[in-house]
Amino acid sequence: MKQGRRAWKYPDNVDTDVIVPARYLTTSDPAELAAHCMEDIDPDFASHVAQGDIIVAGENFGCGSSREHAPIAIKASGVSCVIAASFARIFYRNAINIGLPILECADAAAEIKGGDMVSVDFETGEIYNLTRGARYRAAPFPPFVRDIVAAGGLIPYIAAKLRTPKSAAPSAPLAEDTPQGGTLQ
Amino acid sequence: MPMTMTQKILADHAGLASVEAGQLIEAKVDLVLGNDVTAPVAIKEFEKIGVAEVFDRRRIALVPDHFAPNKDIKSAEQCKIMREFARKQGIEHYFEIGRMGIEHALLPEQGLVLPGELVVGADSHTCTYGAVGAFSTGVGSTDMAAAMAAGTAWFKVPQAIRFVLHGTLEGWATGKDLILSIIGEIGVDGALYRSMEFVGPGLAALSMEERFTVANMAIEAGAKNGIFAVDERTRAWAASVSSRHYREYAADSDAEYERTIVVDLNRIKPQIAFPHLPSNVRPAADAEKTPIDQVVIGSCTNGRIEDLRAAAFVLKGRSVAEGVRCIVIPATQQVYRQALREGLVDTFIEAGAAVSTPTCGPCLGGHMGILAAGERAVATTNRNFVGRMGHPGSEVYLASPATAAACAVAGCIVDPGEIVAAPPRGYFETHL
Ligand code: SF4
Repeated sequence: MKQGRRAWKYPDNVDTDVIVPARYLTTSDPAELAAHCMEDIDPDFASHVAQGDIIVAGENFGCGSSREHAPIAIKASGVSCVIAASFARIFYRNAINIGLPILECADAAAEIKGGDMVSVDFETGEIYNLTRGARYRAAPFPPFVRDIVAAGGLIPYIAAKLRTPKSAAPSAPLAEDTPQGGTLQ
Repeated sequence: MPMTMTQKILADHAGLASVEAGQLIEAKVDLVLGNDVTAPVAIKEFEKIGVAEVFDRRRIALVPDHFAPNKDIKSAEQCKIMREFARKQGIEHYFEIGRMGIEHALLPEQGLVLPGELVVGADSHTCTYGAVGAFSTGVGSTDMAAAMAAGTAWFKVPQAIRFVLHGTLEGWATGKDLILSIIGEIGVDGALYRSMEFVGPGLAALSMEERFTVANMAIEAGAKNGIFAVDERTRAWAASVSSRHYREYAADSDAEYERTIVVDLNRIKPQIAFPHLPSNVRPAADAEKTPIDQVVIGSCTNGRIEDLRAAAFVLKGRSVAEGVRCIVIPATQQVYRQALREGLVDTFIEAGAAVSTPTCGPCLGGHMGILAAGERAVATTNRNFVGRMGHPGSEVYLASPATAAACAVAGCIVDPGEIVAAPPRGYFETHL
């Protein structure tokens, strides 16, 4: 029997200003950021969220600024996964780059209610709603993104690549010697 | 394989003959940008990579602008991390207080972004440089760290929505009103993951500054980037800021667009975006004279010289209404100086407005004009989310500089035409 985690449910267009208000951006300490996570949309979240809980939201989650403080705060608050109908572009890449699991799944986003017990199988992309006995399937990551996630995020991925001699460069379509659009002189 | 303008720039920078929408690529970057909020996080990540030096110290720009001049001890420490990194790495384009400006106004002004270039910045409004025909997009701090180390970034090649502009803006309608109208039409996720390409006969009459304003807010429709076709104006502008060589890209005539939206510029009216989404727009004339407490004229969206000229035109010989605070923030030192030379600063002060040194300040609720609970501001900025300019119970209304200045005079939301008639189109581009 799978153990579920509590779902915290939010609407469409949750922006990075409510995930971490800019007034707290004078720090980049994850614990400090986590203390204010979701403060302007849900003042109870930071004090009640438990390790492993899941955020479920509608369309365009994480829209607004590029602040990585947003996924960092969510991750540091103990959230194990964010499920949304869709993600804002920069939030999506930031989450991947820092290793916060996110899944895009419109059905799960529509049906899961706040307080439902939910479990996620990252291997298969399957999402189980234990409270309602439902199962949903999320779109899997493309292979290139899986490589980044497998490496443990973008930093270890790049570190490994920069250590690889050029002749044995990984298969990614990286051109080392192409002329570019402009040069800074 | 026919390509859009964005796809061509991405293909070239990835060393590929062609790319298609959805493809994941790794591309070389021409410039990497960070600010005092995002760079400290990136620097911490950069140090984990284990390389001693950045990939190219001439291709990184670091700008303390969000909480700078330092707002408090914590922000002073963030700025210090960036300053020390810049010194240690010999970063050529680090802009200290006194030389800095709001990053997205500063970089083009300093000639650091030209047509055809690929720029990533750890700031969502990095999309601003699409105005000059560059591919530029916002990324996070980890992306910035990786780009500083490797000189590359990963991208998913976007689909595009094409906006074909016809006609000319009239009266008090500006680039800001154009982009607010578009976002009102397609919604805050209307261009999610896509690029917005702006083409058509209507481009010719849009000033470079208006194009910056339009491209700046592409992210407010969820877009990866906004990009303008290169024309005579772009070339003249590029020649005025830099002598560097650059390359022009144009979309193939048979490129695939997910959607084409035709915009009749003559029908655009001064707009106001009501709280709490930039898509919540209506004509300023229909705003029922909503009373306000504050006006902010500035930011990377509308803090350039034409913006200040328009605001000063409205404020000249008039006063900021009693009970209203009006704060004017030139986007860069160069804009500030020009405004001084032209007597605009004098006009602002005479009207009862406060004029500040360049900073993002109130735009993100940082400092220099934070709102209390229940207060309402009209701002020329780009976001009106809950709590964006201060207390979560405050409200931000987005507008053009002329509209914002008119609201400052009226003490409530009005169409600028109610205060003063608009000068002929193009007046603010050249008028001294
Ligand atoms: S002016 Fe506002 S939107 Fe622009 S970079 Fe600064 S904080 Fe961001």
